[in-house]
Amino acid sequence: MVSLHSYLILSAILFSIGTIGVLTRRNAIVIFMCVELMLNAVNLTFVAFSRYLGNVDGQIFVFFVMTVAACEAAVGLALMIAFFKNKESIDVEDVNLLKW
Amino acid sequence: METIAMPAINFAAIMPETILSVIAMALLLINVFVPSEQKAYLGYLSLIGIVVTFFTVIGGWGTPQEGFNGSVMQDNFALFFKGIFLVSAALSILISDQYMKREECNHGELYPLILLATCGMMLMASGTDLMTIFLGLELLSVSLYVLAGFQRDSLKSNEAGLKYFLLGAFSTGFLLYGMALIYGATGTTRIAAIASYVAQNSLAGSNLMLLIGMVLMAVGFSFKIAAAPFHMWTPDVYEGAPTPMTAFMSVGPKAAGFAAFVRVFVIALPTLRADWADLLWVLAVLTMTVGNITALYQKNIKRMLAYSSIAHAGYVLVGFVAGNAVGTAGIMFYMLSYAFMNIGAFAIIVLVGKKGEPNNNVEDYAGFGFKHPLLAVCMSIFLFSLAGIPPAAGFIGKFYLFSGAIQAGYIWLAIIGVLNSAASVYYYLRVMVFMYMKDPVEEFDWLKVSPAIALCLIIAVAGVLIPGIVPGYLLELAQKAVLL
Repeated sequence: MVSLHSYLILSAILFSIGTIGVLTRRNAIVIFMCVELMLNAVNLTFVAFSRYLGNVDGQIFVFFVMTVAACEAAVGLALMIAFFKNKESIDVEDVNLLKW
Repeated sequence: METIAMPAINFAAIMPETILSVIAMALLLINVFVPSEQKAYLGYLSLIGIVVTFFTVIGGWGTPQEGFNGSVMQDNFALFFKGIFLVSAALSILISDQYMKREECNHGELYPLILLATCGMMLMASGTDLMTIFLGLELLSVSLYVLAGFQRDSLKSNEAGLKYFLLGAFSTGFLLYGMALIYGATGTTRIAAIASYVAQNSLAGSNLMLLIGMVLMAVGFSFKIAAAPFHMWTPDVYEGAPTPMTAFMSVGPKAAGFAAFVRVFVIALPTLRADWADLLWVLAVLTMTVGNITALYQKNIKRMLAYSSIAHAGYVLVGFVAGNAVGTAGIMFYMLSYAFMNIGAFAIIVLVGKKGEPNNNVEDYAGFGFKHPLLAVCMSIFLFSLAGIPPAAGFIGKFYLFSGAIQAGYIWLAIIGVLNSAASVYYYLRVMVFMYMKDPVEEFDWLKVSPAIALCLIIAVAGVLIPGIVPGYLLELAQKAVLL
């Protein structure tokens, strides 16, 4: 029997890994994958709570999160392609025109 | 025969959203058949759609509608914000056509995207379920990522879109984690049910999960309203995005962020008020100070307005912290007048630029007042209003925000706000100094005011001056829309 706590700790760890990845990685696609990891950590939290509370709201929320993540992926990859066409790179170090 | 009970849908509660999204999808189809030099007609069609929607918003005033089993609630609070979103969308569409033609990126998808973003903002303002608010926020954000990167061939626009996307998605993660923890602590996503659960089980102050959820949600919303220290994306995105879209982005999403922020925190978590008021107090002071001090050093006028928009988010947070009727009405009045003054200022920036040369530096405005006195007067009115000098609407708005804070006992917060507001006068006046006290370098002979931009400027000047001189009517409306 796996307790609620284990799930919550696992998802907190996954969320932290995602956050650290976003902050330290330099490749835009890897950063985006880390964001997806964060969202999936949240999904795990929702499902764990939903099961624990015996209430389906959390699972419905997960469906919406997955749909939205798919939309974001479509738009985000399109933006990266547009950037790559002009700059031939998706390294965020090269995202450097706009600075103060 | 058994009948299946229909769920309580009530389309009246999402009438404005329905109309706008149907028009947006129709425009996407029509767009295929419109030749590229006539895309302006799509703009006119979307304006008609916005006007129709505006009438349904006015028609719904005073009769709250609850729909979808309690997950949307179209009350006066939502309707007032919907009015702000429609005004900002309409003004941005009016300035888009000339700019997009000049930059040769006159794609018809612009207008449906603006309408869909507006639809998302409306859902955020009327959502009474964390799920609805999340969906509205994402509909808004995904459309805005595209709009920020709309000039496909311009590297700056690409960078703006990419940055906005990465940081926006990152902040969504925090917002969602906050929502998940609050769901876990209370077992529901309906914000009214959250409030009653917290009150019944007296979770406030003792439940760590609820507290962390609240903080994470505050982080997520702060990203959207560009509050310091989560504001780093703002200047870059505002500078790189196409100017009309910057105008749209600086007003609508900020207002939508505040609408959702206020509704979630005031309705769902009133019992945690002591905790979040302290948190927002710190955020407000940081946001105002960072925004204003950094704006002092900006040479690029779009970046300057970006930092000024951060500072304005700080002023509005002051009203939020106050949390009383005066402060909340102040938020709504201020966001409406901010829509007029900021989009007006961006309309002038659109006019001063020419293809390939955006002329965004303050020096480029040297002698503008002698060459185009009427436009310079408009710009001065907008800048005076942004600085909060009477008789412009910006002054009345700030007055209400700060007096709300004083009534609620946050004297120091109001003092810091007023000091910040005084410091901000420096960088707004600097533009005017260049316009009126320097000799003209350029002839500004490329400058043509299209009828659409002229209409936008007239509406914006009227929207700044009329509520500034006779604020009574609008303030009364705002006070009727307060959530308390």
